Amino acid sequence: MGTLLTTPVVPGTAPLRGTRGRRPLRREGRAGWLFLAPTLIVLGLFMVLPILMALWVSVSDWTGSGSPFSSRVKFVGGDNYAALLAEPGLTRQNFATSVRNNGYFVLFVVPLQTAFALFLALVLHQKKLKGRQFFRTAFYFPTVTSSVAISVVFLFLFSSTGTVNAALKLFGVDGPSWFADPRGIFHLALGDPAAPPSALAGHGFLGLSWWDWLSGPSVAMCSIIVLVVWTSTGGFMLMFYAALQNLPPSVDEAALIDGATAWQRFWRVTLPQLRPTLFLVLTLGLIGTWQVFDQVYVLSRGNPANTTLTPAYLSYSSSFIGHQWGQGAAIAFLLFLVIVAFTLVQRWALRERK
Amino acid sequence: MLPRRTVAAFAAAGLLLPLSACGSGFDDSSQPAAQQAGPATLKVMIAASGGAELKAMQDAAAAWGKDGSKAEVVSANDLAQQLSQGFAAGSPPDVFAVDATKFQGYAAEMLPYGDGLSAKDDIYPTLRTTFTQDGKLYCAPKDFSTLALAINTDDWAAAGLTDNDVPKNWDQLKSVAQKLTTGGRTGLVFNDTRDRVGAFLVQAGGWATDADQKKATADTPQNLQALTYVRDLLASGAAKYPKQIGAGDSGEAFGQHKASMSIDGNWMVGGMKKDYPDVKYRVVALPAGPAGPGTLSFTQCWGIAAKSKFQEQAKQLVDSFMQPQQQLAFAEAFGVIPSRQSVRAQYEQKFPAQSAFVAGAEYAHGPVTLAKMDPVLTDFDAQLQQLPGADPKRILQQLQQNTAAALGQ
Repeated sequence: MGTLLTTPVVPGTAPLRGTRGRRPLRREGRAGWLFLAPTLIVLGLFMVLPILMALWVSVSDWTGSGSPFSSRVKFVGGDNYAALLAEPGLTRQNFATSVRNNGYFVLFVVPLQTAFALFLALVLHQKKLKGRQFFRTAFYFPTVTSSVAISVVFLFLFSSTGTVNAALKLFGVDGPSWFADPRGIFHLALGDPAAPPSALAGHGFLGLSWWDWLSGPSVAMCSIIVLVVWTSTGGFMLMFYAALQNLPPSVDEAALIDGATAWQRFWRVTLPQLRPTLFLVLTLGLIGTWQVFDQVYVLSRGNPANTTLTPAYLSYSSSFIGHQWGQGAAIAFLLFLVIVAFTLVQRWALRERK
Repeated sequence: MLPRRTVAAFAAAGLLLPLSACGSGFDDSSQPAAQQAGPATLKVMIAASGGAELKAMQDAAAAWGKDGSKAEVVSANDLAQQLSQGFAAGSPPDVFAVDATKFQGYAAEMLPYGDGLSAKDDIYPTLRTTFTQDGKLYCAPKDFSTLALAINTDDWAAAGLTDNDVPKNWDQLKSVAQKLTTGGRTGLVFNDTRDRVGAFLVQAGGWATDADQKKATADTPQNLQALTYVRDLLASGAAKYPKQIGAGDSGEAFGQHKASMSIDGNWMVGGMKKDYPDVKYRVVALPAGPAGPGTLSFTQCWGIAAKSKFQEQAKQLVDSFMQPQQQLAFAEAFGVIPSRQSVRAQYEQKFPAQSAFVAGAEYAHGPVTLAKMDPVLTDFDAQLQQLPGADPKRILQQLQQNTAAALGQ
């Protein structure tokens, strides 16, 4: 990066490099550090430092009283991580449950919100569409509204006598009591068998049987999925829309002249050009959905039957309610690893292929 | 070049680490706080149920403040979180409300001043037990609530039931619930958590732990009998959880006339008056189980921070909150039951509708007070929510196992 720094060119001397002494460069380097210092201090103080402290808490037995660096706080090594990953018990079971729930949440929300966002952006991009301004605002509106406020509205919509069920009733469907129903939708699709196949129920991973892992999101989680898709789509739509506006129309026109159908033009011309935006939207979506907290905090606090428990909420409740600060921090770091892993997988899947 | 700069940035942050640990407000809590005499400014934190409670507390604090001392009452949005933050940062409020279910998690941060209270012997014994640890009463029980059975009197008469039919035991409860269950209305409603279903455990002579909370006692015939009864009650359709009938909680179901009986705490009296003034109802004690009468108590106490600089003044403030007249004023303002036995007669005279709740004080069972039991009981709640579909024996085995693990057995 140092070579990118520009130096004033003194007439009569060779510009940059060569025989020039290293002195001025070093002075500039110092000035550069000086200018960087406020940012470095702020980042260090409010980002790097808390992260390092949390890392220490996650390997200590801190009880939440006084400084985590006091002499009474002991190093416990990987105990907190072991309780979450290795030792059979409620801690591991809850963590596994939260990962399962959040996994299904991601699996449903990310593709849905991306597809909807792209679809809406394409609709808005149509030159024929009247009142684009209005629709742009309308689609974006849920994103700017506070997630807490929207969650409260959804509580009413999805109450067992709420609007959603009233609408379902028009079609003769008896809606469930959404936020009270812990049954997984994959289990429901199988007719909610009381006795699961023993091959699945007998074995498992991290304290949950395979049958539990394969439950699918619960009915309660589904309403949170709908909520999040609805709120986040608008923001991602804006990204796609901006990217669409920037695409050179000539490429599309060329394809048109070559006789490509609308579908071919979208699939072979527009979408490949949107790859960077698609990557951005998927990455942001993955990170955001693995960290879902507000909606769970407001709507369900992990209920019913822990089926809306997510690692972020579990981390909060272990720390602040259960006073297990080390465990809460450990969950946060495991969540971080999960996010990194998923982002890497996604990068690999979306890489440019020859 | 880049990696080296990144390393440098991390190194810089690393240098800052010990520096900020000294200066960021942490201090070593092994040192007792230096006490200050004279006028004090006390910070009081509560989790107010509403504006009425906050105002009553502020008035009481203002009445106490004299000689230059004052107490500032604030209501926390999330008391557990804000207290935890205060303790972690070494600057907790001087006086704070502690919920019984979290009490032991905070005990290390609290000044065990309860045994010096002038009102100590006047406090209901069950409440004292709740806040006693290692033989020391940690804090003054603020007030309490118990569970009782609310009955819609119009439905009761319409079903042809009389005063003689008020259920005294489980069989009678089941039979009246069935009689009250009509097409659109459920006989009995109660919330789907340990805080309601637990009353049945107590009535059968069971509980999740022994009295000292040292041993798990979940997997017992008594608890099995209770859960089996609750399961059958729910399976028969005579009783339902609120969410099954489209209500947020039992109070709402009862108020909106979706259910004819409800198991609820005495906060319902205020709630009904405010939200559903037209519903006519009466409150009776919960029916007794095989082991006799049983109900649950919910309570909070006035904690004083071990780190407070004004502990003497804080004790005086709490003492003023515990005065009989002040307890009655609180009861009037936000519908709680005074924690002092000597106020009982006056209270019942003033609030006859509450007498069934007060009567429960003698045999009420306090909640589990260990913070680390919280995830265990949350899991128990999750299991209870799946009644009547679940197997009571399995639920209790799981509770037994998890409780034993949490208690370090």
